[in-house]
Amino acid sequence: MSHLWELPLRLAFWLLVAPLVPGLINRIKAWVAGRRGPPVLQLYYDLARLWRKQVVKSPLASPGFILGPAVAWVAVVAAALLLPLGPAGSIAGFPGDALVLVYLLALARFATAWAAMEPGSAFEGMGVVREVSFAVLAEGSIIAALLALSAQAGSLRLDAMLAPMVGTGSALLAAGLFTVLLAENCRVPFDDPNTHLELTMIHEVMVLDHSGPPLAAILHGASVKLLLFSVLLVQAVLPVAGLPPWLAGAALLAGVLPVVVGIGLVESLLARLAFRRVPLLLTTAFLLCLFALLMAWKGGTA
Amino acid sequence: MIPLLLILLPLAGALLAAAAPSDRTRPWFLPAVGVSHTGLSLHLLLHPPVVADGAWFGFDAVARAVLPMVSVLFLLCSLYGVPYLRARSERPNRVFVATLLAVIGLISAGLMARHLGVLWIATEGVTLAAVPLLHFNRTPRAFEATWKYLLVGGTGIALSLLGSFCLGYASLYGHGSGDLTFHALTEAGADLSRPWLLIAWVLLLAGYGTKMGLAPMHTWKPDAYGEAPGLVGAILAGGLTTVAFVALLRVRSVLGAAGEGAVADLTLLCLGLFSLGVAALYLLGTRDFKRMLAYSSVEHMGILSLATALGPAGIGAALFHVWTNSLTKGSLFLSAGNLRRSAGTASMDDVRGLSESAPRSTALFVAGLFAVTACPPFGIFFSELRILRAAMDGGHGFTAGAFLLGLLFAFFGLTRVVLGVAYGPPRRRPPAPGPRFAETAGVILPPLVLLGLSAWLGLSPPPLLEQVWSAAVAQLASTP
Amino acid sequence: MNTSGLNLLIGLAMGLNLLALGSGRVSSLIRAVSFQGMALGAMPFLLSHEFSPWVTLVAIATMVGKGWVIPLLLGRAMRAAHIEREIDPLIGFVPSLLLGAGGTIAAIALARSLPLRPEHAGTLLVPGAVASILTGFILLIGRNKALSQVCGYLILENGIYLFGLLLIHATPLLVEAGILLDVTVGVFVIGIIVDRIQRAFDTLDTRKLTVLRE
Repeated sequence: MSHLWELPLRLAFWLLVAPLVPGLINRIKAWVAGRRGPPVLQLYYDLARLWRKQVVKSPLASPGFILGPAVAWVAVVAAALLLPLGPAGSIAGFPGDALVLVYLLALARFATAWAAMEPGSAFEGMGVVREVSFAVLAEGSIIAALLALSAQAGSLRLDAMLAPMVGTGSALLAAGLFTVLLAENCRVPFDDPNTHLELTMIHEVMVLDHSGPPLAAILHGASVKLLLFSVLLVQAVLPVAGLPPWLAGAALLAGVLPVVVGIGLVESLLARLAFRRVPLLLTTAFLLCLFALLMAWKGGTA
Repeated sequence: MIPLLLILLPLAGALLAAAAPSDRTRPWFLPAVGVSHTGLSLHLLLHPPVVADGAWFGFDAVARAVLPMVSVLFLLCSLYGVPYLRARSERPNRVFVATLLAVIGLISAGLMARHLGVLWIATEGVTLAAVPLLHFNRTPRAFEATWKYLLVGGTGIALSLLGSFCLGYASLYGHGSGDLTFHALTEAGADLSRPWLLIAWVLLLAGYGTKMGLAPMHTWKPDAYGEAPGLVGAILAGGLTTVAFVALLRVRSVLGAAGEGAVADLTLLCLGLFSLGVAALYLLGTRDFKRMLAYSSVEHMGILSLATALGPAGIGAALFHVWTNSLTKGSLFLSAGNLRRSAGTASMDDVRGLSESAPRSTALFVAGLFAVTACPPFGIFFSELRILRAAMDGGHGFTAGAFLLGLLFAFFGLTRVVLGVAYGPPRRRPPAPGPRFAETAGVILPPLVLLGLSAWLGLSPPPLLEQVWSAAVAQLASTP
Repeated sequence: MNTSGLNLLIGLAMGLNLLALGSGRVSSLIRAVSFQGMALGAMPFLLSHEFSPWVTLVAIATMVGKGWVIPLLLGRAMRAAHIEREIDPLIGFVPSLLLGAGGTIAAIALARSLPLRPEHAGTLLVPGAVASILTGFILLIGRNKALSQVCGYLILENGIYLFGLLLIHATPLLVEAGILLDVTVGVFVIGIIVDRIQRAFDTLDTRKLTVLRE
């Protein structure tokens, strides 16, 4: 019985809740800066508006220009569906789904990059190069983090892996994953989502030539990815899976909110890093995850 | 009590000198301490005191075998220091005199230390106290030399502390009581934990090897010796390196007692040959006659290290070589200091024909050259011959060959520089500002006497000293 | 002996090593060194079973010396010398960070193969010491500015102190002697300040100390 309803319910959760996250972050930034700021539901309005607009397409571009964002969106949503949600577990857990998650995220990035290069603009090409070169470093950290979790649980199933370790290893993992979250979602120390200068953009410059529904898919996909990483981070650190459903829901909410607030505060208080300092921070994140992996592997003694 | 006076007297002298008001009279503290220090150590040489096994300081056989040499060297340097500081009256000498006295006190402490920790403290003290001496000239070049000395020397001293800790842990692991006198460590011998003992040896060799100036840890030496006043170079080359060498000898005896002497000898041999080779190559390239002396010092430290690896006969020869080398080096540094002041620079690109402007110092310098390259009447010839014989008797034919080859190249390098600056037509230069350098008896006699002592040791080494060296070898080679 | 508390502090010190390797400013480097000094100073309390005035003295001297006096002096030297705040590394930040992390892992592996007394077997003292010593060497070799090198020397020295904690009950004298290393650092810093007063150099870039060579 539950299987019949579970898929639509989960899909609705990811699709409907996700655009709330950027709205909350913007709210926090506005609050810190003393502005009134855009309404929390701004992204919903934007998505609705974009959906109604027509697509402007470069004469050079192939159908890949439209296909890319669609593939990326599907990949991200599929990745989100793979993620177990507390005691409800995974919808289709199988050994190795953690690797599929990583691959789906990589596929989404590939599709976005592909679509960005379609119009043949130099700016987009530059953005792609930057995005991909940071992603190479960030992906190492994600894999190290997942390996740490899997070494801890002795399994490659996401629902088994998300049983948090204790003590220092957990703190290291949380710090590492949070940094990766910022990098993967193009948040402040790595990229500035609000910038208006093409030369300093990374992610934003990639979608500069998109319009209408494809842009809506890109924006929505980005918000789903942000929520996905926050939920992953919370479940990697808090023992959500072992709690009764209502408590688990509350714990998940209580975990995601600080993450969102943390992102907002980081964006308000930190300046963006110079490009040449970015690899250093990503290396740090990688080392944090690596040490978490070692502690999980050696049983937390050493 | 008398042995402790060797340490306390110079330190008290340092305090008094620091308190003394006049720059003109203060240098006289140097010979005053020098005479009494030499008197004390010669007295102890003739009447050795009984040293308790557990004592932290003691005028034991090893100290007796080298300390009198340091005393004599310091006495002659201090006699040289009075006219030197008078000539440099433009500079305040309070810090210089006080730290020089402190250095000699701490060197005595290091030579008499029979405890691992106390030995380290004394070496660290000498390292730090020598800093103002190197920086005496206050030029940017002197600052550079001091900085490198402090950075390399500081790292070396840190490594030797770590090595001391490891040796302490080796003893603790072997159920030692935490008594770190060399006597107790030698007694513990086979109980010491092997891995920790070997780690300790490597670290101590690197640490004290840096102080000694063994290649590749020698990099501070050319800069420091090149920029320091000649008399400081003489004290460092004859005193500080001796402290480090004696420290290595004492640690080596602990390894010998623990049955790891072969490993220690192998490392000492490799490091010694490497130093000899590096020094010989640099000697062929250097163009500065004070830096040349530093490389020559690296060479002789390599010889000492190599000799130590050759068993008891080699250690005896090494102790002989400590005497001859330190006295000869002292003479060379003092006469090089004279030449440097007379010429205004130490580079052979700018200096030629010193035999006309400073004939006596040049004659001494050239004679010193022959002494240090082991020409027969001087002591180094005989000590190196003894080392060679120890190598041949021990069946180290390859070592002996490499040793001779290194000496040959060093001879080429040294003669190239020395003869290049000593002879030829003098270069016309505008006369240096300030009073002209005068070759008074005060700056000529001390190096001459040092050279004479070197020749005397070579021609007729007193039987007493032979006896003292054998006693030291017996103490170092003793196995319980 | 409070092993888990001690290990937490040593882990903190090891993390500060990596922070020091990655920091791009002299001031943050000094801060990392200062925190490390304070963490080190607190360790003797966790090591001793009962109150001992001698050990307390070591702890307080370490905390004040390494955690407060030396960082203060370094900060003064930085201001007195108008040293640029950015560090221009000889070995880049990412390579030095990776080297440091590799060194830390190697240190843990090494410590497992060394014989330790039972009361020290569960602690991180030996790996922490080896990791700090390696970090110190990386900074000494891989940084150009005099002050960064002094910070590297301090971390090297902290590693030696960590090792010394193994012996603090057996031979306190030897451990106390390590404080003399701090005096060396003091001499370094005084050297920088004195030299600055004399204005012998324009910048304290040790790459410019190259007059003396063959």
